[in-house]
Amino acid sequence: MSAPLEKPDASEVGPPTGSHDWEKAQAEPEFQELRRRLRNFVFPVSALFLVWYLLFVVLSVYAPAFMSIKVIGNVNLGLLFGLLQFVSTFAITWWYVRFANKRFDPLAAKIREELEQQ
Amino acid sequence: MTTIELAQTRIQDTTNPLLNIAIFGVFVVITLAIVVRVSRQKSSAAGDFYTAGSAFSGRQNGIAISGDYLSAASFLGIAGAIALYGYDGFLYSIGFLVAWLVALLLVAELLRNTGKYTMGDVLAFRMRQKPVRAAAATSTLVVSFFYLLAQMAGAGGLVALLLNVTSGFGQAVVIAIVGVLMIAYVLIGGMRGTTWVQIIKAVLLIAGALVMTVWVLALAGFNFSALLGDAVAEGGAASAKLLQPGNQYKNPIDFISLGLALVLGTAGLPHILMRFYTVPTAQEARRSVTWAVGLIGVFYLFTLVLGYGAAWLVGPETISKAPGGQNSAAPLLAAELGGTLLLGIIAAVAFATILAVVAGLTITASASFAHDIYTNVLKNGEASPKDEVRVARLTAVVIGVVAIIGGILANGQNIAFLVALAFAVAASANLPTILYSLFWKNFNTGGAQWSIYGGLVVTIVLIIFSPVVSGKPVSPTTGKSASMLQGVDFHWFPLDNPGIISIPVSFLLGYLGTVLTSKKDPADKLKYAEMEVRSLTGVGVEKAVHH
Repeated sequence: MSAPLEKPDASEVGPPTGSHDWEKAQAEPEFQELRRRLRNFVFPVSALFLVWYLLFVVLSVYAPAFMSIKVIGNVNLGLLFGLLQFVSTFAITWWYVRFANKRFDPLAAKIREELEQQ
Repeated sequence: MTTIELAQTRIQDTTNPLLNIAIFGVFVVITLAIVVRVSRQKSSAAGDFYTAGSAFSGRQNGIAISGDYLSAASFLGIAGAIALYGYDGFLYSIGFLVAWLVALLLVAELLRNTGKYTMGDVLAFRMRQKPVRAAAATSTLVVSFFYLLAQMAGAGGLVALLLNVTSGFGQAVVIAIVGVLMIAYVLIGGMRGTTWVQIIKAVLLIAGALVMTVWVLALAGFNFSALLGDAVAEGGAASAKLLQPGNQYKNPIDFISLGLALVLGTAGLPHILMRFYTVPTAQEARRSVTWAVGLIGVFYLFTLVLGYGAAWLVGPETISKAPGGQNSAAPLLAAELGGTLLLGIIAAVAFATILAVVAGLTITASASFAHDIYTNVLKNGEASPKDEVRVARLTAVVIGVVAIIGGILANGQNIAFLVALAFAVAASANLPTILYSLFWKNFNTGGAQWSIYGGLVVTIVLIIFSPVVSGKPVSPTTGKSASMLQGVDFHWFPLDNPGIISIPVSFLLGYLGTVLTSKKDPADKLKYAEMEVRSLTGVGVEKAVHH
């Protein structure tokens, strides 16, 4: 089934173990900054989209008359709210990718390279 | 002529079982050929069988994720729910989509950097191997089982509709064929083959839905508002409130409970989590989710048109009385639009959907059993990769057989609904555990056990004693209760979906378990430091790939 001379599988090589002082790496100001950036983005944004989603769900069940108000032809507020959930999901995905590419990846790569040179 | 006869004649007129089988056969032959071809590249290593050597690109994986996620429940179930319940059906698709933000922001990348094959890997990183792996494997198997049941139940309904196989035995035979094919894909192709099946299926499914969507819109003069108006007008009294909330869920709390389970479940589904290991880096995992969000979002917009289109062109009465019930809305719409040929194509796509999702579930469940239970719990981590893969293959066969039997028993159940239950279990037992383990430094083995086992037990007990299993009133149109069991009533929990209780309870249990056991079993600070640095920077993971 397998050829005798096969290059090793990426996942079989595995990460080197025990070669770093992880607590020291964790305490570095640069790493703390990286951690702060991630948490300061993902926690508030997660809270935001969850609240926005729950608002849509709660309005649907407790204010059906409000959600049934027609806005454009037969399209009512409920459908519009639902479609806005699509828009917000696409927008937050784009926002996060931009954040990750600009504010997160460069610092993470710098710390990673420093660690791997040790 | 009664509506039932009308529905049946309509299907008999447009269904050509031989054509349907032929189109599906072509799909099977092509995908099997591809699976055999890609399986030649593989080694016998465990990493190859489980995660295809982590060699897929973000885009490939994103398409495969869509293929894995857009199950029969998404296609048949949501289109049917929108056709019959309108607005309430739409909630499913919104919850299923927004859920991806949880995966994108909180889980995908960190998980990629800390695990190898399974959810158990992430937990075992800094906790005691055996207990947390056993817990993770248990919940993986339970969630996958619920999900499998949903897919196989869908297969039964579809068969009834498309091949005019109305006898229970005939349907059972076809479900068995689906099961055997699925086992073949997994055994021959492993994760690489399964992924390709999912990619092909995703492309076919999205293309098929696009064609039907444009077609329906064209018939409505590309006027969405007119389509909605026609859908309401066609159904008469049954559809009068199709655009308003509250058609399916009379109890507001039930609607909220379902909404919570949908939005928090995705990031806890083991077969979705495992897909993040098929790419080499966190950046590729991020790219996967971006692709998945785009494709899945667009697909759900299609189902909105398809659902209302089915309500308009087929009519709610025909749909609910067709064999396969509301799951048949999309195939019936295809028949209405493009006659026999389009019905055959859409049916083959729906079959392919079930096949691909079931294969993905099977490989996840068998990986979890072989890697977590066999190697790390039973063999103390000392089984050879070859042995482990052998056990995984054997497990895949067992799961296939269980899925066939379960599918035969669950035949006819609403599939979007069964999937919602799988989501409730995933959101309760898995998500709290994963989030705590990635973000909370004091989280320990006790906490993980409490949140997984506690979440599982609470969710399943509430489901068993819910109206889903027993005690729903008998419907005058079908003469049957909408519950799983007929003629008995032992329910005391009022909600169909347990999410609103079980999710907070599981978070609480994870917290309590940690606090109460932290004195005698404190969290490993050093391991947490390593996990945090690795999960954020990708140290080690990247290195292994670039060299």
